[in-house]
Amino acid sequence: MTLFNFFINNPDTVLRLALEHLQLTGSAILTAIAIGVPLGIALTRNKHLANIVLAVTSVFQTIPSIAFFGLLIPFLGIGKRTAVLVLFLYALLPIVKNTYTGIKEVSPFMIDAGRGMGMTNMQILRMVELPQALSVIMAGVRIATVINIGTTTIAAYIGAGGLGELIFSGIQLYRNEMILAGALPAAILAILADQVLGYVENALKPKGLRKKR
Amino acid sequence: MISFKNVTKKYDNFVAVDNITLNINRGEFVVLIGPSGCGKTTTLRMINRLIEPTEGTIYINGTDIGKLDAVELRRNIGYVIQQIALFPHMTIAQNIGLVPYLKNWPEKKRRERVEELLEFVGMPPAEFYNRYPNELSGGQQQRIGVARALAADPDIILMDEPFGAVDPITRATLQEELLRMQDKLEKTIVFVTHDIDEALKLADRIAIMKEGRVLQYDSPNQLLTNPSHGFVEEFIGRDRLLKQPEFINVIDVMIKNPVTILPERTLTQALEKMRQEKVDSLMVVDQSGRFMGLTTARDVLENFERAERVSEILTTDVHYVDEDANVSQVLAIMAQKRVGYVPVISGDNKLKGLITRSSLVNVLGQRLNT
Repeated sequence: MTLFNFFINNPDTVLRLALEHLQLTGSAILTAIAIGVPLGIALTRNKHLANIVLAVTSVFQTIPSIAFFGLLIPFLGIGKRTAVLVLFLYALLPIVKNTYTGIKEVSPFMIDAGRGMGMTNMQILRMVELPQALSVIMAGVRIATVINIGTTTIAAYIGAGGLGELIFSGIQLYRNEMILAGALPAAILAILADQVLGYVENALKPKGLRKKR
Repeated sequence: MISFKNVTKKYDNFVAVDNITLNINRGEFVVLIGPSGCGKTTTLRMINRLIEPTEGTIYINGTDIGKLDAVELRRNIGYVIQQIALFPHMTIAQNIGLVPYLKNWPEKKRRERVEELLEFVGMPPAEFYNRYPNELSGGQQQRIGVARALAADPDIILMDEPFGAVDPITRATLQEELLRMQDKLEKTIVFVTHDIDEALKLADRIAIMKEGRVLQYDSPNQLLTNPSHGFVEEFIGRDRLLKQPEFINVIDVMIKNPVTILPERTLTQALEKMRQEKVDSLMVVDQSGRFMGLTTARDVLENFERAERVSEILTTDVHYVDEDANVSQVLAIMAQKRVGYVPVISGDNKLKGLITRSSLVNVLGQRLNT
């Protein structure tokens, strides 16, 4: 009941923080796609580089998020910029890795057939590899986004804003309804994002590759 | 049309193709054959520059292909591989129309060409145009694979074990279709296989390869009658006796109990029998053992809707020999009439046996081993 009252009394705050939350996650994810997809493609062309880059991005993934934020504060200070950088680094691995795997999984015979018919490298990428890898890449984006919405709540700790602000303030003030007012919308955002991106993933799967019912 | 001049391909210290000189004429169906690792596929793939030779030159119509743009060259050469590799995310029409698309044909011309080719390979456009590869059987997929190679009407078609992955009955059908196609189109075809029966059935000339070299490059009949090299003999079945085939009686080489069927049996039974016995044709014989004719898997499948019993579809106009004939006569019939089966019939019209190209080679090979 008190939670309900909190929403009634502070609709603007919740909405503003939710939007801020989405903005943080969104800019991190979009940057990660813009850099991660081309990077993943580049890695399929160089096995040696692939091992190094995938190892490094995995390391980012293992650092606890709160420690990671802490590590960067001495260099970048607190605030949105630092938060987005960390979130971006977290999102990078699933996207790079799925792009890399998706393209690597395309049968070498497909590529041989394409090349044998006179496709250029660019055409092989555009007409053979990417269409077949697209849903795998999208699955990476989906994982990255869902994890990122969770991690973004912690970004409030370094003053980046977002729904985490309500959670941390609630903890300090011993106000459960305030904690929930941050946690519940964050959870809902994550679930919604997962649903929507799952739908997109399926829509991107070429018709000839979808399972027959 | 295509000529290899002292072509060698080395991988580090391994010599895959060793100083090959080979001429392939326009309109010729050439089969490259040999055990795995003999360099046949490497040789094939050097023609469309998927592999570049280490030494030597390959000419097409007198032009050194090393000086051409590789992508442009490939768009003018058909390419079919064993794995078929139709693109699963594209429709049948998009797959067939791919090279025309790469060559920027206008859409209308592309569509007409795709429809023409679907008709040509016996798959009605109305039914198949918008389907996807995963909805087709293996045999249908490889028909599309062949149609895709023909799309931009190239003079040369390269085929790398194209029928290696389909079942024996489908393979026989596809081979026959390819021969009929070739009669009409007269393309220059270079075909790689390791199956000597397939080579003997399809080729105008066969190049037998071993360890990167061409041991003999001759017509099937020349190979059977005048093998120039011990390995060639061994490869085509150790049939040294074939050097004097007129001295061998058909009784000694024929299959004594060929797979037969009664004319009143249904087409389903015929097909089932072929499947069980792993053959692609049946001798039709009545209750008393009299030879009526023969029927092939192709006949059965093509007439499946129209006819019910074997008697309605059997071929009666069959070239046969009698029990006194010798192998030389059989070879002559096979070569002149372009048939793969020659039944042996006694004076009272009873079926005594059957000679096929592979039985000829196999039986002679066995006799030598014992």
